[in-house]
Amino acid sequence: MKQRYVYVLAALLTVVGLSVFLYKWQVLGFPVTENQETPVWTIESAVNFDSGPGSIKVQLHVPTLTPGFRMLNENSVSRGYGFSLNYGSGGRQAQWAIRRADGEQTIYYRISVYEDASVDQSDTTPPFPPLPVINEPLKTAVDVLVSDVRDQSADTASFTTELLRRMNDPSPDPNVELLIAGVRTDADFVAVVTTVLAAARIPARMVRGFPLAGRQRSASLVAWLEVHDGDRWLYFNPATGEGRLPQRFLVWWRGNEPLVSVEGGSNVEVSFAIQENHLDAVAIAETQAAKSGTFAVDFSLYSLPIQTQAVYSVLLMIPVGALIMVFFRNFVGIDAFGTFMPVLIALAFRETKLLWGVVLFTTLIALGLSIRFLLDRLRLLLVPRLSAVLIVVVMLMLFISLTSHQLGLETGLSVALFPMVIIAMTIERMSVVWEERGAADAMRAGLGSLVVAIAAYIFMGMAWLEHLIFTFPELLLLILALVLLAGRYTGYRLTELRRFKALVTE
Amino acid sequence: MMLAAARKLRGKGVLGLNERNSDYIMRLNPRRLYPLVDDKALTKELALKAGMAVPDLYGIIAHQGEVRMFADIVRDRDSFVIKPARGSGGDGILVVIGRGRRNRDNYRLSNGIFVSEGEILHHISNTVGGQYSLSGNPDKALIEYCVHFDPTFAEVSYQGVPDIRVIVYRGYPAMAMVRLPTRASDGKANLHQGAVGAGVDLATGETLTGVLGNEVIDEHPDTGAHIAGLHIPHWDVILESSARGYDVTGLGYLGVDMVIDRDRGPLILEMNARPGLNIQIANGTGLAQRIERIDALYDASAGAAERATAARREFAAGVEHQTSLF
Repeated sequence: MKQRYVYVLAALLTVVGLSVFLYKWQVLGFPVTENQETPVWTIESAVNFDSGPGSIKVQLHVPTLTPGFRMLNENSVSRGYGFSLNYGSGGRQAQWAIRRADGEQTIYYRISVYEDASVDQSDTTPPFPPLPVINEPLKTAVDVLVSDVRDQSADTASFTTELLRRMNDPSPDPNVELLIAGVRTDADFVAVVTTVLAAARIPARMVRGFPLAGRQRSASLVAWLEVHDGDRWLYFNPATGEGRLPQRFLVWWRGNEPLVSVEGGSNVEVSFAIQENHLDAVAIAETQAAKSGTFAVDFSLYSLPIQTQAVYSVLLMIPVGALIMVFFRNFVGIDAFGTFMPVLIALAFRETKLLWGVVLFTTLIALGLSIRFLLDRLRLLLVPRLSAVLIVVVMLMLFISLTSHQLGLETGLSVALFPMVIIAMTIERMSVVWEERGAADAMRAGLGSLVVAIAAYIFMGMAWLEHLIFTFPELLLLILALVLLAGRYTGYRLTELRRFKALVTE
Repeated sequence: MMLAAARKLRGKGVLGLNERNSDYIMRLNPRRLYPLVDDKALTKELALKAGMAVPDLYGIIAHQGEVRMFADIVRDRDSFVIKPARGSGGDGILVVIGRGRRNRDNYRLSNGIFVSEGEILHHISNTVGGQYSLSGNPDKALIEYCVHFDPTFAEVSYQGVPDIRVIVYRGYPAMAMVRLPTRASDGKANLHQGAVGAGVDLATGETLTGVLGNEVIDEHPDTGAHIAGLHIPHWDVILESSARGYDVTGLGYLGVDMVIDRDRGPLILEMNARPGLNIQIANGTGLAQRIERIDALYDASAGAAERATAARREFAAGVEHQTSLF
């Protein structure tokens, strides 16, 4: 009767767990393996300057519209500065301000982006630019150039291509030579091009940004040309006239304005560093599912703050550890101290790594036990004695951390991650068993705990399993079903076969 | 190979821990009845009320403050036993068999060692603090009569007191064994700690072969005396008292521990709601088939004496071996 209830319940849990899992996997496209990753680039700009005597105001252009990329997050690090984001003609501007500052100052602005082809240039159509005011003799040169190029082109795109070809000609005609005489940088060159385009009443502007590739300690800005053909913005390589953006080009800001302006400071320098990380494809599935308004996403763990996520990615492995415990207890029949002590030890092993974990755990238990036996001579009452053991355990942890630090073994520091109360209780239980049942029994149970902890660690440390359960927490229902079924297992334990061996051979 | 072993055990009706826990203890022993057997003071009271013989209680120390009353309690006693009311597996039991001739504050333990009163008080403090209790909760220390054990087992015991464990299923004695202390078990009659278990023929009260650890043995490891063939005195009383243990506690799967006193006959030491399974090794047979047999002949109206008689009739040693041959 009860047996049947358990089966029905287990079947129910399995069906619910599996169907939610399959829905999320097949329909919503949540990835089952974790190596489905998307690269994420973090670009850090550092503004460096010497502060003047008075108040300081720093303005830095930051990315606004970034075709091909979506922003994950951005932040600024600036000690004591007031921070605000404003919209200017070239896009967003980060502004830092402070009343007084001493010495050299560095302000950081950091942004993380990932590729998303669905992000398009969604800018508004610009008005025709006013005719630029140009002095002679440049004015004539521009007019001649514009009319020459217009004759040899059909539309905005071909006009721009032809213009760039002429301006990049290794043996330029005298008009072009006159125009580019003062050009020193790529940016100057693009600025001249936009002026010529404006004279032809074509909306154009300079674009600056980075081609993102791998890790770069100091990335330099690349200037590109953007031209509006009445429908959309077209991109041109100012050096070749090629009509597209470089691969993985992140647009930082637009227009001819300088990147940074600092009031009240001098020797301004801006440097960029780019780092490439990999983010789980889950984030992409999330955004897609969120767009379609699916209910499953509201309850996804990925909607939690990052720190809480980290906690849960560990907590969700505890059921796996419990399942391992059940297996060792009821199917194998290994003795261990405390029901869930091995699982908690396994959690600590996650941080210390296995070998060090075992070494530290054994050292801690051995030292604790010997001190516990000394304490026994003092004939303390139970609770004070337990507290004394706990305090000794904490001090031992401190001692191990300090010693290993002195020896240059940084792993020893992770001893602090062991659940000290659990360790203290284990020491107490072990010493009681030692006294009552002898060293052999105490060792056996201690070893049993360690074996189960190692097994639990191995399973709880499986990255794919962790990913699977974190992405599909409904799989916990399956684990619950398994545990319920194990709860009705009435067969022999593995160790009982040995125990009742006399009855078999007879 | 392991599957074959499991199948063989099944065939012999050997009960495993999982099966014992889920099919018998959880089904037949309601949780609310546990306190009756988990607290030895309470068990003693119940047994006394039912007219069963138990070792006399000299005193109970229930609080830390009462520990110093110990001297008063044992003022005129030369031998006594201190045990935790909620202990398990014989842990925390101190058997005092004498006191110093010059200094009565020196106590001689069953293993021959003298200890001071201070050490005994510390032991009692620990006991009251819960060191030996099942859950680690505060406990009581019982000080009671020290059994002068019957000479029947003198040859096959090393110090300590041998006791008799009877498994009682739904009021019917199902299996029994004698637990004989050894040097390794430090005088304790606990199989886990190295005591010898000897099966008992329920029909005659005669001991069968012994078991040490998981091995079958014929002789006591310390004394070398033969274990089999000893006749347990008062066997009928022992079976009936243990059958009555069911009426007192209501536990359908029960272990009753008794000792035989030289002068007072069988005394109930304690009862256990989770009796171990090693008794099967000692008897060379499985519990499951006896349980099946009891289920078949179960009679709710039968009294303790009738049930004991039925058990004697059904479970003579060697019967199973013949039935399992077909």
